[in-house]
Amino acid sequence: MDLGNIVFPAIRAAIGVPAAAYALAALGLNVHFGYTGLSNFGQVGFMLVGAYGTAITVDNGGPLWLGVLVGIGAAVILGLLLGLPTLRLRADYLAIVTIATAEILRLLTRTQRLSGLTKGVFGIQRFANDFYRINPIPDGRYGIGQVSFSARNLWVILVGWGLVALVSLLTFLLVRSPWGRVLKSIREDEDAARSLGKSVFTYKLQSLVLGGVFGALAGILLAIDTQSVNPDTYLAVVTFFAYTVLVLGGPAKVLGPVLGSVVFWLLLQLTDGILREGFNMSGGDVGAIRFALVGLGLMLLMIFRPQGIIGTREGAVLDDR
Amino acid sequence: MTADPILVVDGLRRTFGGLVAVDVEHLEVPRGAITALIGPNGAGKTTFFNLVTGFDRPDAGTWRFNGRDVSHTSAPKLARLGMVRTFQLTKVLPRMTVLENMLLAASNQRGERFLAALVPSVWRPEEAANLERARELLARFGLDAKRDDWAGSMSGGQRKLLEMARALMVEPTLLMLDEPMAGVNPALTESLLGHVTALRDEGRTILFVEHDMDVVMSISDRVVCMAQGRVIAQGTPDQVANDDAVIEAYLGRSHEAPA
Amino acid sequence: MLGLTVLLVAVLGGVAHAQESGTSVGGTIFRVDDAGDRQPVAGVQLTVRQGGTDVGRAETSEDGTWRVELPGAGTYQVELDTKSLPAGVGLRDPDRARLDNVEVLGGQQKNVLFPLGKAASKATLGDRFDRFADLTANGLKVGAIVALAAVGLSLIFGITGLVNFAHSELVTFGALVAWEFNSLGLPLLVAALFGMAGGALLGFALERGLFGPLRRRRMSTTALMVVSIGLSQLLRNLYLLFFGGSPRRFEDYAIQQSVQIGPITILPKDIVIIVISLSVLLAVGWLLKSTRTGTAMRAVADNRDLAESSGIDVQRIILITWVSGAALAGLGGILYGTTQTVSFDMGFTILLAMFAAVVLGGLGSAYGAMVGGLVIGMAGEISTYWLETEFKYVTALGVLIVVLLVRPQGILGIRERVG
Repeated sequence: MDLGNIVFPAIRAAIGVPAAAYALAALGLNVHFGYTGLSNFGQVGFMLVGAYGTAITVDNGGPLWLGVLVGIGAAVILGLLLGLPTLRLRADYLAIVTIATAEILRLLTRTQRLSGLTKGVFGIQRFANDFYRINPIPDGRYGIGQVSFSARNLWVILVGWGLVALVSLLTFLLVRSPWGRVLKSIREDEDAARSLGKSVFTYKLQSLVLGGVFGALAGILLAIDTQSVNPDTYLAVVTFFAYTVLVLGGPAKVLGPVLGSVVFWLLLQLTDGILREGFNMSGGDVGAIRFALVGLGLMLLMIFRPQGIIGTREGAVLDDR
Repeated sequence: MTADPILVVDGLRRTFGGLVAVDVEHLEVPRGAITALIGPNGAGKTTFFNLVTGFDRPDAGTWRFNGRDVSHTSAPKLARLGMVRTFQLTKVLPRMTVLENMLLAASNQRGERFLAALVPSVWRPEEAANLERARELLARFGLDAKRDDWAGSMSGGQRKLLEMARALMVEPTLLMLDEPMAGVNPALTESLLGHVTALRDEGRTILFVEHDMDVVMSISDRVVCMAQGRVIAQGTPDQVANDDAVIEAYLGRSHEAPA
Repeated sequence: MLGLTVLLVAVLGGVAHAQESGTSVGGTIFRVDDAGDRQPVAGVQLTVRQGGTDVGRAETSEDGTWRVELPGAGTYQVELDTKSLPAGVGLRDPDRARLDNVEVLGGQQKNVLFPLGKAASKATLGDRFDRFADLTANGLKVGAIVALAAVGLSLIFGITGLVNFAHSELVTFGALVAWEFNSLGLPLLVAALFGMAGGALLGFALERGLFGPLRRRRMSTTALMVVSIGLSQLLRNLYLLFFGGSPRRFEDYAIQQSVQIGPITILPKDIVIIVISLSVLLAVGWLLKSTRTGTAMRAVADNRDLAESSGIDVQRIILITWVSGAALAGLGGILYGTTQTVSFDMGFTILLAMFAAVVLGGLGSAYGAMVGGLVIGMAGEISTYWLETEFKYVTALGVLIVVLLVRPQGILGIRERVG
């Protein structure tokens, strides 16, 4: 067993692009779930429309920057479409409609009927060349020892974490403002908020759209990193991972999702390395065990440490009805 | 009746399944006075509150607030117009501090708009003014020491006080209190009653629900009694207390009416 | 397994999906005429699927050839739509309209055969009305299965307020247990009883060991919902670990000759499934209406405090609801596995349909879930008369959203009291 084969990939994973993307997706869920109390179980749907909006635009001759705007616009529209019929109803409806819609979007991207746009199961590739063309980092490898990245990788990583910083700052400003206070009041008791003159529905809609746009950014980042969009990347399990990231880091903490994502990817890759190197297990079994552990981890966190790594117990369970 | 009622309700009706919960033909709430809405448990008082404040939709009926038809106005809009309610089971926001509970309630905050929220200099001055007002109110209700505590960590009585103070942050013209004295110890009840009278003396109108008749007699200017969804009597406290229908409604059920 | 691994890598690492170029499946459809010559048949429709979703469709060209490009190596299912065959022409072996385990290697141009002969049955084959009738029958079957599986979901919600995302894993568990007993040699009908018992046991364990204690800790329903998501993830991957990733069939009734009832062509097992599921639904409806326990269940779902104060043992009712709801979910899984295949994620594939059924019928209403299940099943299947099969779920969601807009409390729900 080579310890290096376990540790170094884990460190790479913790600072890699997927970790940044899941931090973004979870930052979005934090606005929804952590601050507003909305149960959006279809965050992957926002990632999907972001990524496909970008890829389809470029595929049809548009520039990449326009594609990114289209992707964000698509997330805004999806947020409105999801929110308008459900946000006036009990919380459970949103949960069901969001998970269903995300899955249906995935099925739609697979269909033959739309394959003119989406290229069906094959997906769209190589639409982010513009992004790599403007890479200012000179060729070469950067890093220390086994934890090193190519100039191309480093470029995406820097932009990805830059985006995470920007979105975190935006969240910070918003949740410390009176606007954020209204969101929190909705999470605590929306009838109370209503009785004090707050238009709960409008704020929920804003929250859903904002967090959805963060999700779209996550999707766009992942798509640009891999230069490909493919229906089977957008499974419901992605949303569940994002929830695990959020709960791990601590809901309703601005930097919770960021910390959560780094720790999540570190642990996930460590588990992978230990199973492969230490137990000589094959790929399929390792995958199943890792997925099962994520599920178990989400349950245990929710039960024993709902405040996450950095939260306080008191704030999480206080009069929790 | 009164020359200038603040609230006029006509033909209000709400059924659950086949059960008639509220069926009020006509009701007026006089301005600048304390009106008590009394009645045995299940008389439809809370449902009436929910309907008038926009928290439930009636099957039929219209009502006017300050001369304006508000039958189709949403709950938040009504609150912004000056009709602010509290709840029978207090609804403090547990994982927010007492001060945050208060600040939230201030109306028309610029910083509550998405884009303005991003620029603190836009809303800081107004926030400072609200903070000042919140501190005064908390002091008045004896909660200033609790300012930075989680609202969820407070006792039942303190929650009642906070809810009332918070409602005042909205600057209501009509304050609607749903059983403000329920589950509160006798000492605090006295203090709550004192607050209610003081508010009236400042020129606010108060409508409050109570099922215990003795509590309301001392402070109310006017009493409305409901039973089985209907208004069975209204008038001065003395008139209502001696009304046969009221006596029957209470005596007929007195054994199940909690103190 | 390889396909799954690729999938896992793609999801977990966000790594580029490794494309194996030039992988495809195809063939030539021809019939042998009276003179013994091969005559290509044009316009025959074929669908290639993987794990229930369509990978591609093709129509044979003038020379009878067809080909579908594949995303990569793996096991695929290829189905020939017999109704697109010309009149008088049928498959030589009617059971081989669908090939279930077509293994394709990376880069391979796989060919599959569909030998044709004289049509076995009447000349109205391909008739539109027949197809509609078939879809309706199929819709009834799917709808009844969804209804069975969804009753427990709705009741558990009504009684405990939990939207249980792990309900799909109860569906799967019943089918897996039944499959294990079936593969030991027990007839499916007997194995099914073990499957239902297994489901019931899991339901019991989840309520006693997990959700009951969490409710007593006064965990919020939103938090419980997230716990159920973690649970679903955990169970599904344990199934994958122990049962494996490839779908399997029950030993019995795997291959059957379809029979003709009026305009409907149907497999005998499907008739049995419809009869069983509808009878069980009726029985459940009767039990809820006419027994003390059933009435108590509905009372608790309706108003828990009121039920508790009128002397109903709520904890006992909750436990009974979990156990019976899970057994019904297990039965739904077994029936679903009989019509399709048994796999580790089968419950998850009908979770959306169950949710749609429950919301459609009114969250918390058992009768609503039954009606909702039937409506969703029928709507989904019948929609394939006009639309591709992938649009099944889209139709279901479309129905769901329209209902939410017009009648948010669901078909059988009652407008609830606020404040």
